Amino acid sequence: MLFNRYRRGLFITSFLAAPVILYLVYVISPYVQAFYIAMTDWRGVTATPAFIGLDNFVRLFGDSIFWKAVTHNLALLVLLPLITIVLALFFAFLLNVGGPQGVGGIRGSRFYRVVFFFPQVLAVAVVAVLFQQVFRPDGSGMLNGPLMALGARPVGFLSDPGVAFWSVLGVLVWQAVGFYVVLFSAGLASIPRDMFEAAQIDGAGRFSLFFRITLPLLWDTVQVAWVYLGILALDVFAIVWVMTDQHGGPDWSTTVMAAEIYRNAFQYFRFGYASALGVVMFFFTVGFAVLSLRVSRRERIEY
Amino acid sequence: MATTPHISRRELLRGAALVPVAGALAACATPAAKPTASGSAAPVATSAANPFGVDGKKPLEVWIFDGGFGQDYAKNIHEPLFKSKYPGAEVKHNATKEITKVLQPRFAGGNPPEVIDNSGANFMDFGALSQDGQLQDLTPLLDAPSWDDPNVKVRDTIDPSVVEIGTYDGKFSVLGYVNYIHGIWYSQKVFRDNGWEVPKTWDAFLKLCETIKKSGKMAPFTYAGKFPQYLYEPLLTMAAKVGGNEVLVNIDNLEDGAWTAEAMKTAATAWAEIGAKYLMEGTTGLDHVQTQTAQNKYKVAMLPSGSWLENEQKTTTPPDFEYGMFPIPDVTGSDKMPYGTLHTQPGENFIVSAKSPNPQAGMEYLRAMVSKKAAGEFSELVRTLTVVKGATEGRDISPGVTSATKAVTAAGSNTVYYRWHNWYGPLKDEAIAATGQLMSGGLTPDQYLERIQKKADEIKNDSSIKKYKR
Repeated sequence: MLFNRYRRGLFITSFLAAPVILYLVYVISPYVQAFYIAMTDWRGVTATPAFIGLDNFVRLFGDSIFWKAVTHNLALLVLLPLITIVLALFFAFLLNVGGPQGVGGIRGSRFYRVVFFFPQVLAVAVVAVLFQQVFRPDGSGMLNGPLMALGARPVGFLSDPGVAFWSVLGVLVWQAVGFYVVLFSAGLASIPRDMFEAAQIDGAGRFSLFFRITLPLLWDTVQVAWVYLGILALDVFAIVWVMTDQHGGPDWSTTVMAAEIYRNAFQYFRFGYASALGVVMFFFTVGFAVLSLRVSRRERIEY
Repeated sequence: MATTPHISRRELLRGAALVPVAGALAACATPAAKPTASGSAAPVATSAANPFGVDGKKPLEVWIFDGGFGQDYAKNIHEPLFKSKYPGAEVKHNATKEITKVLQPRFAGGNPPEVIDNSGANFMDFGALSQDGQLQDLTPLLDAPSWDDPNVKVRDTIDPSVVEIGTYDGKFSVLGYVNYIHGIWYSQKVFRDNGWEVPKTWDAFLKLCETIKKSGKMAPFTYAGKFPQYLYEPLLTMAAKVGGNEVLVNIDNLEDGAWTAEAMKTAATAWAEIGAKYLMEGTTGLDHVQTQTAQNKYKVAMLPSGSWLENEQKTTTPPDFEYGMFPIPDVTGSDKMPYGTLHTQPGENFIVSAKSPNPQAGMEYLRAMVSKKAAGEFSELVRTLTVVKGATEGRDISPGVTSATKAVTAAGSNTVYYRWHNWYGPLKDEAIAATGQLMSGGLTPDQYLERIQKKADEIKNDSSIKKYKR
């Protein structure tokens, strides 16, 4: 009996061991190694970096450019989910409930569904290069061309430090919104139709239909969207690196944590220091995920 | 050995699980310690014809940065020349646009290739390589007989600044092959047609800008606005001309107040005025190719660049455009350096890896490169000057290169250069960011210099950053 139990335990363990080992090797061990490299002065070429303890973390506190990057990430952390979710909810509502009778979608909703999802299909690098052309500062730019034809001065979407950050935010929202429209649409589809109909019979307009029925019933989905978008805001990299001038410029106006990690590692060859930045970013992200799940916890509505 | 071991299924699974563990843990992200390759083992006797003792049977691996000069020069000029002497040696030719991405892992893994053209936007950090003993000491190359004439040493056939600039930690280890000559570039045809003259003083330059602006034919001036390093180049050269070479030496050596020196203020003020009054519209958002193409389309008259420009633009330049370049004009009337002072600097940096299997052949390859034949053919092919003296004599050279050659001859020993931008990456990026702001009016000249000075001080006080002196 005991022997059998032992055999069975061994049998189960042997099956679990492989995935656990794979996970340890390919997920946990790189993290641990990053923590170790963060405490060395490794410059990328030597096989024997020197251990320097927490020096890199001390240095990081005086790095004004890194803190600028953190500020930008935090601004994105607030703005990106907020704008994206508001827009996506609005569009999803229009597509599913905003029709003339208040139950179906508006006219052409199938077509819009495809259009909204389109940016999601493009690779990030493609989007970045595309928007470089959209934002071109001369008459050949897609935005500045018409502006200049109307006699207005061209806007330095990417070349004016006061505007560049908003251009980046705009592209990020443009790219993300479609996915959440689809996500919220799926959420809406699972809400029983009779709820809307009942509310309408009771005389609810579109406004209260949205705030009294749709939003509360979608809350779980919104919460998930918030965490996803928050993580996206914290590790945004490719758009900034490819699209903006001087990779996070002009004048550091669009740089983000991931860009500073890349810059320090692959341009300044300070791999140790870059790892330290990475470790800080890791804690930012984990901290955000834990916090936002705690804060947005609510009672589930059963239906 | 002979008996085939009987492996049970479980053992096989266990083995399969452990291999990646061991392999990944050892090689994943942390650098792997490897025994240093015994590259200098099994020496071949040296002679006047074979000064480094090259083993003609060992292969040679060459990596070329595939940028403005392409890779044909290596394939069609340098490698065949090397092969002509060592027909038994296999030459493995490689090219990439991303030197660091491809080769940095090989250095960390202990099997770097022999010859590397460590250039482009993402070149490997020379300081880091040098610190780790990865760079072959090329001093023997300097003292070896030249490829063309056994009675002349290689040292005497190349520009002396190559040795100065290629020296790291007291060892000459980087061979700059191309002589970059910086100046203000224009179309000789446009200037001739409009009766505009090359300005010799800053006042004349400003007047010329005003004339061009009023003519309505084109904008007076532009630079690669997305890459403001194109503009800090003439700014620094001007400062050196006004205040003497020591202005740049102090900046390189991170001396206190080097950036805020009087000559730097003069230069920053002068260029800020150009930024405020004479820039082509949209300059700050355009890159080097876009602005250079605007010049080829006669939309703008002048821009700062280097002697690679003509080759870079060869597909868009009209046939009668006729590139020309002129040096920074006299600024104050009492400039410390005379008219014609130029910023020249060896670039397109070749290195030989000390830990590669065949560094001797690597050095021999470089010796072939600096032969008059190789350098001359190179200049003809890619329209640019090399560091090899007199290599373009008697060859068919384009107008821009001719203009640059004349400027270099006229400058004589009045040439300057700077190295801080290669030594201190963070300082370079801060200077780039600030220069863009200076030119678009976001910073006054004083604020501009103070900001870069602050970064320079930060670097000076950071013990983790290796410092250099010149």
